[in-house]
Amino acid sequence: MATEVLMPALSPTMTEGAVARWLKKEGDTISAGDVLAEIETDKATMEVEAVEEGILGRILVQEGTQGVSVNTPIAILVEEGEAVPESASTAAPVKKEPEAAASEPKAASQPLAAATPPKNRVFASPLAKRVASQKNIDLTTVKGSGPNGRIVRKDVDAAAQKGAPVKGQETPEAPLSSGGHKIVPHSTMRKVIAKRLAESKSTVPHFYVSVDVELDALLALRSQLNATSPAEGPDTFKLSVNDMLVKAAAVALKRIPSVNASFTDDAMIMYDDVDISVAVSIPDGLITPIVKQADKKSLKQISQETKDLVKRARAGKLKPEEFQGGTFSISNMGMYGVKDFSAIINPPQAAILAIAAGRKLPVVKGSEIAIATVMTVTLSVDHRVVDGSTAAEWLSAFRSIVESPLSLVI
Amino acid sequence: MSKTDFDILVIGGGPGGYVAALRAAQLGLSVGVVEAQHLGGICLNWGCIPTKALLRASEINHLLHDLDTYGFKADAVSFDFTKIVGRSRAVSKQLASGVAHLLKKAKVPVFNGYGKLDGIGPEGKRKVKLSQKDSAETTLTARHVILATGARARVLPGLEPDGKFVWSYREALVPDELPKRLLVIGSGAIGTEFASFYRNMGSDVTLVEVAPRVLPVEDEEISALAQKSFEKQGMKVFTSAKLGPLSKNATDVTVTVEAGGKTHNITVDRVISAVGIVGNVENLGLENTKITVDRTHIVTDALCRTGEAGVYAIGDVAGAPWLAHKASHEAVMCVEAIAGKTVHPIDATKIPGCTYCRPQVASVGYTEARAKEAGYKVRVGKFPLIANGKALAMGETEGLVKTVFDAQTGELLGAHMIGAEVTEMIQGYVIARSGELTEAELTETIFPHPTISESMHEAVLAAYSGALHF
Repeated sequence: MATEVLMPALSPTMTEGAVARWLKKEGDTISAGDVLAEIETDKATMEVEAVEEGILGRILVQEGTQGVSVNTPIAILVEEGEAVPESASTAAPVKKEPEAAASEPKAASQPLAAATPPKNRVFASPLAKRVASQKNIDLTTVKGSGPNGRIVRKDVDAAAQKGAPVKGQETPEAPLSSGGHKIVPHSTMRKVIAKRLAESKSTVPHFYVSVDVELDALLALRSQLNATSPAEGPDTFKLSVNDMLVKAAAVALKRIPSVNASFTDDAMIMYDDVDISVAVSIPDGLITPIVKQADKKSLKQISQETKDLVKRARAGKLKPEEFQGGTFSISNMGMYGVKDFSAIINPPQAAILAIAAGRKLPVVKGSEIAIATVMTVTLSVDHRVVDGSTAAEWLSAFRSIVESPLSLVI
Repeated sequence: MSKTDFDILVIGGGPGGYVAALRAAQLGLSVGVVEAQHLGGICLNWGCIPTKALLRASEINHLLHDLDTYGFKADAVSFDFTKIVGRSRAVSKQLASGVAHLLKKAKVPVFNGYGKLDGIGPEGKRKVKLSQKDSAETTLTARHVILATGARARVLPGLEPDGKFVWSYREALVPDELPKRLLVIGSGAIGTEFASFYRNMGSDVTLVEVAPRVLPVEDEEISALAQKSFEKQGMKVFTSAKLGPLSKNATDVTVTVEAGGKTHNITVDRVISAVGIVGNVENLGLENTKITVDRTHIVTDALCRTGEAGVYAIGDVAGAPWLAHKASHEAVMCVEAIAGKTVHPIDATKIPGCTYCRPQVASVGYTEARAKEAGYKVRVGKFPLIANGKALAMGETEGLVKTVFDAQTGELLGAHMIGAEVTEMIQGYVIARSGELTEAELTETIFPHPTISESMHEAVLAAYSGALHF
């Protein structure tokens, strides 16, 4: 009996996903628990495991297909010797065809040009396709109203109208460079980043406060702590500067809790826990795994947890709850040697701390000139939540924690 | 006791009403039809079909008088006019009984009588009062009532059908004898078809039109070609004409026609009045409802719903274009919407129109002028049938195919054809327009050779890369 493999819901809010990669081919023998495919949601890649054994009879949704609704059949699993249904709708037992049908040379009548089946097939009228290309509209985002959901011209017109820039803001389309170019379709993640950050920057009133923080005491503490790590075994650890700054930010948020908040139209949400989102760059984007309750965790815990999160983030294996949520963000570009920068708030959070590189600089101590390792940190703040004085207070608390870092270990 | 309660009750059994009933039955709904006269409506009985039967006869007559062209010789060709009319009636009768059979097969009861909305009964059902000849009034009930009562000829003062000199389409379909001299007033589809029939049977025909051109809804170029062809066939055609009062004599009728700055006194044996139609909105019980009537037509939304919940109107009674295929399509759409299916409102620019005069005329969508009015920048392609091999072989070289494309998107905005068999071919362009094909797909379509339809391909090429054979 043929069974359908459905697009799984990987989180309660997931409505659609992309089939990123098929790990099995049509005709492969499948055991229960085998990973069939990788599904990409807005930020994570998850694996689809076979629940039953059988043979992968037909792949219905080719890899690279985006916007596949949850519970859409993506493949058909059949039993040994069973005929493979053409499509999901005929997945009911199919009349056994004489064997000849199966051995018939399939490609014989197919010209080479047609050998590669088109990916992402969109059902749209030729006119709809042409108008969409003229108006630069992605047909995969358009809902069709024609027969069987076919996209017709008025759907494209409606989509154009909906997504069209506000009148008066229309800018003439910038001409492409006359040199050669290639078109790289957006990944789901790129679309999400674009949407969320554009929304943040255009709807959240940002302001920025910077402060120079001396790092020497923290670096010295780090060396001392790292020296206590066992040489080998599961308990080894190596704290990074970032781990300590995550903890410092968490302690500062506990001291100035009004920054650990979100704005809503009706009320302010003040969070009990301090969950710190750490921006991690990954191929084609970034993701923000969360160190939950960072104020309550030891540096060692934070360090180990962050290492694991980053590793899985880079592999695209985070679970949605590991990167969705968070009450405050840290973006650290110290490793790139940047002098200072400001970051875009990760909504609905109220603030993000941008950490630049520590640099050896002459500083005046008393009336002496001394050398200190100084880094510039910039807090981007949602002015609806936090006013300037509070932001300054928070930064001052952060600085004093970093500069007198013992509070990180108590 | 026959069934009196239905999911859907259809008032009117024409191409709107009976199709609605058949579709409803297919979908498993209980449905009944109220029909006052004959199943099939005007279309089958007094319109589309019997006129086609007559026009077929006149086409044969035309060929018989053109035998020499094909190398034939026949002496003393003649016809029996009563038999020609009789054949037309027999065709109608056969089709109408076919409709009765289809409804019977679908187990749809047909009530012979008049239906009238009569308020709301128990369970919120619509009541319809049924008046039948020789029996007491009864009440039928239904959750949904579809009004499909059609239309009838518009009667202008002074041009009332009198059964003798002045005919409407009804009398014109069942003449006792061929009038020697005939005046046709109105050059829409009905007027030109009758003008063609009678002219090709041998009558002296004068065609009068108040608009500046014949077939006023067609593309101007097509109208001009039609008029030229009619005149070549010996018809007298007056456009932008003003008609004086008829003066009826003992055996004929005289009328003055002012056209082109001149006054013409025309004496004819018969006059056909084909000056449009009016909707059959009377005695339907619309008075005490929220249903509105605008210039004899019931006002509906895009899904044929009237102002009264549960009451729908389709076909001619619901407004232009007055075409059987529009009525049938609305019927299916209306019933499917009632059944909860996803339906697509009709786009009038995707409804083809056909006129079976000689030469035939067929079109869909925007004329060149209307496309420009609507703000389109157009690309127009034309191909004359004189350059088409099949047309030449058939001896039917009169005609033109014209396409109108949106220069920006390649959308086929409209197509206009005049010539032999164009009514059978227009569907190609209708499919293109309905499926939203552009010039690219039409260009890449392989048309069979030798056919007149190749001209349709050439007319597309002519709008873009250039016609190959002209």
